[in-house]
Amino acid sequence: MNLRNITADKLVALYQNRDLTASEVITSVYDDIERTDKEVHAFLSNCRERALEEARRMDTRIAAGEPLEPLAGVPVAIKDNMTIRDMTTTCGSRILENYVPPYTATAVERLRGAGAIVVGKTNCDEFAMGSSTENSGFFVTRNPHNLDRVPGGSSGGSAASVASGTSLIALGSDTGGSIRTPAAFCGVVGIKPTYGRVSRYGLVAFASSLDQIGPIAKSVRECAQALEVISGFDHFDSTSADTAVPEFVKNLDQPIKGIRIGIPKEYFVAGLDAEVRTKIEAGMRIYEDLGCELHEISLPHTEYAIATYYLIATAEASSNLARYDGVRYGLREAADSSLQEMYRRTRHHGFGQEVKRRILLGTYALSAGYYDAYYLKALKVRTLILRDFQKAFEQVDIILAPTSPTVAFKIGEKTGDPLSMYLSDIFTITQPLAGIPAISVPCGKNSENLPIGLQLMANHFQEGLLLGVAHHFEKAGGFVV
Amino acid sequence: MIHPYEAVIGLECHAQLLTKSKLFCSCSTKFGDPPNANTCPVCLGLPGALPVLNRVAVTMAVKAAIGLNCTINPESQWARKNYFYPDLPKGYQISQYDRPLGHHGFIEIKLEGKQKRIGVQRVHMEEDAGKSLHEGFPDSNRSTYLDFNRSGVPLIEIVSDPDIRSSAQAYDYLARLKQILEYLDVCDGNMDEGSLRCDANVSVRKFGDQKLGTRTELKNINSFRFVQKAIDYEVHRQIEVIESGGQVVQETRLWNSVEERTVSMRSKEEAHDYRYFPDPDLPLLVVDSEWIKTIQRSMPELPESRRERFEKEYALSEYDAGVLTTTRALADFFEETAKLSGHAKTAANWIMGDLLRFYKDNNVDLKDLSGSRVTPRMLAGMISLVDKGTISGKIAKTVMEEMYKSGKDPLQIIEEKGLLQISNTAEIEKIVNQVLEENPKPVEQYRLGKTGNFGFFVGQVMKATGGRANPQTVNEILKKRLAG
Ligand SMILES: [Zn+2]
Repeated sequence: MNLRNITADKLVALYQNRDLTASEVITSVYDDIERTDKEVHAFLSNCRERALEEARRMDTRIAAGEPLEPLAGVPVAIKDNMTIRDMTTTCGSRILENYVPPYTATAVERLRGAGAIVVGKTNCDEFAMGSSTENSGFFVTRNPHNLDRVPGGSSGGSAASVASGTSLIALGSDTGGSIRTPAAFCGVVGIKPTYGRVSRYGLVAFASSLDQIGPIAKSVRECAQALEVISGFDHFDSTSADTAVPEFVKNLDQPIKGIRIGIPKEYFVAGLDAEVRTKIEAGMRIYEDLGCELHEISLPHTEYAIATYYLIATAEASSNLARYDGVRYGLREAADSSLQEMYRRTRHHGFGQEVKRRILLGTYALSAGYYDAYYLKALKVRTLILRDFQKAFEQVDIILAPTSPTVAFKIGEKTGDPLSMYLSDIFTITQPLAGIPAISVPCGKNSENLPIGLQLMANHFQEGLLLGVAHHFEKAGGFVV
Repeated sequence: MIHPYEAVIGLECHAQLLTKSKLFCSCSTKFGDPPNANTCPVCLGLPGALPVLNRVAVTMAVKAAIGLNCTINPESQWARKNYFYPDLPKGYQISQYDRPLGHHGFIEIKLEGKQKRIGVQRVHMEEDAGKSLHEGFPDSNRSTYLDFNRSGVPLIEIVSDPDIRSSAQAYDYLARLKQILEYLDVCDGNMDEGSLRCDANVSVRKFGDQKLGTRTELKNINSFRFVQKAIDYEVHRQIEVIESGGQVVQETRLWNSVEERTVSMRSKEEAHDYRYFPDPDLPLLVVDSEWIKTIQRSMPELPESRRERFEKEYALSEYDAGVLTTTRALADFFEETAKLSGHAKTAANWIMGDLLRFYKDNNVDLKDLSGSRVTPRMLAGMISLVDKGTISGKIAKTVMEEMYKSGKDPLQIIEEKGLLQISNTAEIEKIVNQVLEENPKPVEQYRLGKTGNFGFFVGQVMKATGGRANPQTVNEILKKRLAG
């Protein structure tokens, strides 16, 4: 049995019919991890014993004919920047190499509560800072479609695991595209929910005002199911929204005829790969055939997004990562001379290049004398970007764009040029800045057989509409498993 | 000698709020528990943990800000103050910066009869850091231990305007601040345990100068006495520097209470750039007018207005009213006694005389008076016994002492100690006869019409009975017998 050919809903149905046991599935997952992950390197750690134990318990319940939760016995993978009690949580960083948290993230807790079985924790760019998973402090994850290519980042391990069939659903986190880019590069679905939709409690912070947890899976339906489970107010996260969670799965098939789809002209510019453009345009025609109206729209402040994002995200990161000082947990490098020396050595050896670059950038942006010119100005532009979207959503219901200007690039291709790496995020950073939800769905492959992702965005808390529109697309376009 | 300099002083005080749990988690704030007993992922700053605001702390902070006559910001903002220190688990402290909870308040001080208003620039909320333990462990010469029980305990910072002109004014400001916070039950004001801490910004300038001199910041002044001493030392030091042709350097100085001097800790150049920015983990702190109204309704009368009311309502002197309002508990004690007995002035005299002396001798905490066995009801009972003439003032003093010692009711004491009044007519007649026999001359004068000396006979009878004779009976018998 290989998970690549099945979805979570079908798996649960097989359990229900007693055609399959959870133990069989989990055992085969670990066989697959052993076989394929040597090449893909999606996982940083696994929890075989616990997962098998949970599977056995699930089987007892299945055998007893107990009603099953929506994700009963579904193998899931968790990006290693979310805490799970008694499992190392490294964030892809050497500085947390042996860190074992004493508590579990709310989103993970809720997945487990819905019956899901965590099989392991997935690789990512260190502290989620990157677009290719090449910035992991441990190893590079490879794209299952082409092992010479990156899986995208920073949730590259999660997307690669789903694409290679070692989990059905994986949690990622998205700060500037970290769910959607790897989903696009690995040919799977990934949704970044509205800021506040999913609790961040237990998500190790990169940029607190942007970070959001979301699911990655092969189908929109699975994403909808997982999102429905992990969404909702959490007392432990003061930024989580006290907003009712609609029944995403139930509403997937609502008709989308007459839905107005905006095509932002700023997203179809030089730098957009010709083959990607062709596939996205084909995707637009699918929507026309489905009875949707296409409108050209403008998001005029898009050109300032990269600068804005890299000021706000790094400023917050410089503060969020101050706690890794070698004092209480994680790596501590011995120093004879002074406390300062211990801090310096620990952070020098514990953090990778990209993390250090961003801490420096953010520290600079917040420094006395520069705050107004950089951080404060970035906040103002952020408001303008949000206003762009608010205006757009007065005219249209959904905005459609490519997820990434290119397909998965080659490993090592951009590591020497941080700026070109930053520019690869160009289509996925405005949505976190505005706090709106966005999804990446597969829309075909290029001539080299590399997946292309189509991105859909909706207004705040309109994930129901977003998932429905994406679901119709994957059906109509034949992009279903 | 009148020197031509004046001191310009501003105080920054930190007060620990009396909440049961911490500012952003549910850990206990209890003092003295084993190190790190009261910690969790939030107050240890573990990766992924997030702050959740304690509303009770906000209520207390708003109370304090209102008590200090501040305007409450309807929307204040949490900010991160970034710096590295081992006892600061997140590498930043959650505080408030450009949008504090309260601003533009004041405290009235009074020195040598002169009233002065000291501005309170701002009152903001923040979390406390942990504690570094440098001593008391076998390897303390090499290692520092950390206790995070205090990490995340709610504080308010109260920043005064540079309106203070002397160490005595600083002392009075601090005393009144402490008194207000204690009245409001938001801080226990204990400087020894660090629940009230104070830094001072000090500069000097020539009288008449508008421009402020270069200031130094004094830290580590952990008692009222030290505040005064440190400021005096620093003012003197700065004047000397200027007089000898030098310039005061802007720096942070540490008060050394053993050597009684301030020493340089770090210069302006070495000062931290805290890189304050709004904390993205917390929404704006909204305190709407409804909440403020609810809080206002729950607030007790504050010392200043209570003092004034006592003067008017109970015809007390300014001094007496001041003493009786030292703490809320004492003021409550007085007021209840006054109401129960109907004799405010007498109640004031008893409290300020005997009772406060007992309290002082027995180290009773005036803040809660829980160590006092005398209750307002007992004291009022005694006062009315005196009033009725059931016991004399002299016996009342004995009763008071006994009440304090045993906590017994005054009537019970009188009965047990045989201090009960003598109402037996025959017995009193016997004593009256004796008094008249011993004082033939006054008797003669009385009978000749000088009836004004009647009190003399009463006094003699009372003296002979140790004050226990029923004065009414004494009067009746005396009148009858003196009439001949
Ligand atoms: Zn705690």
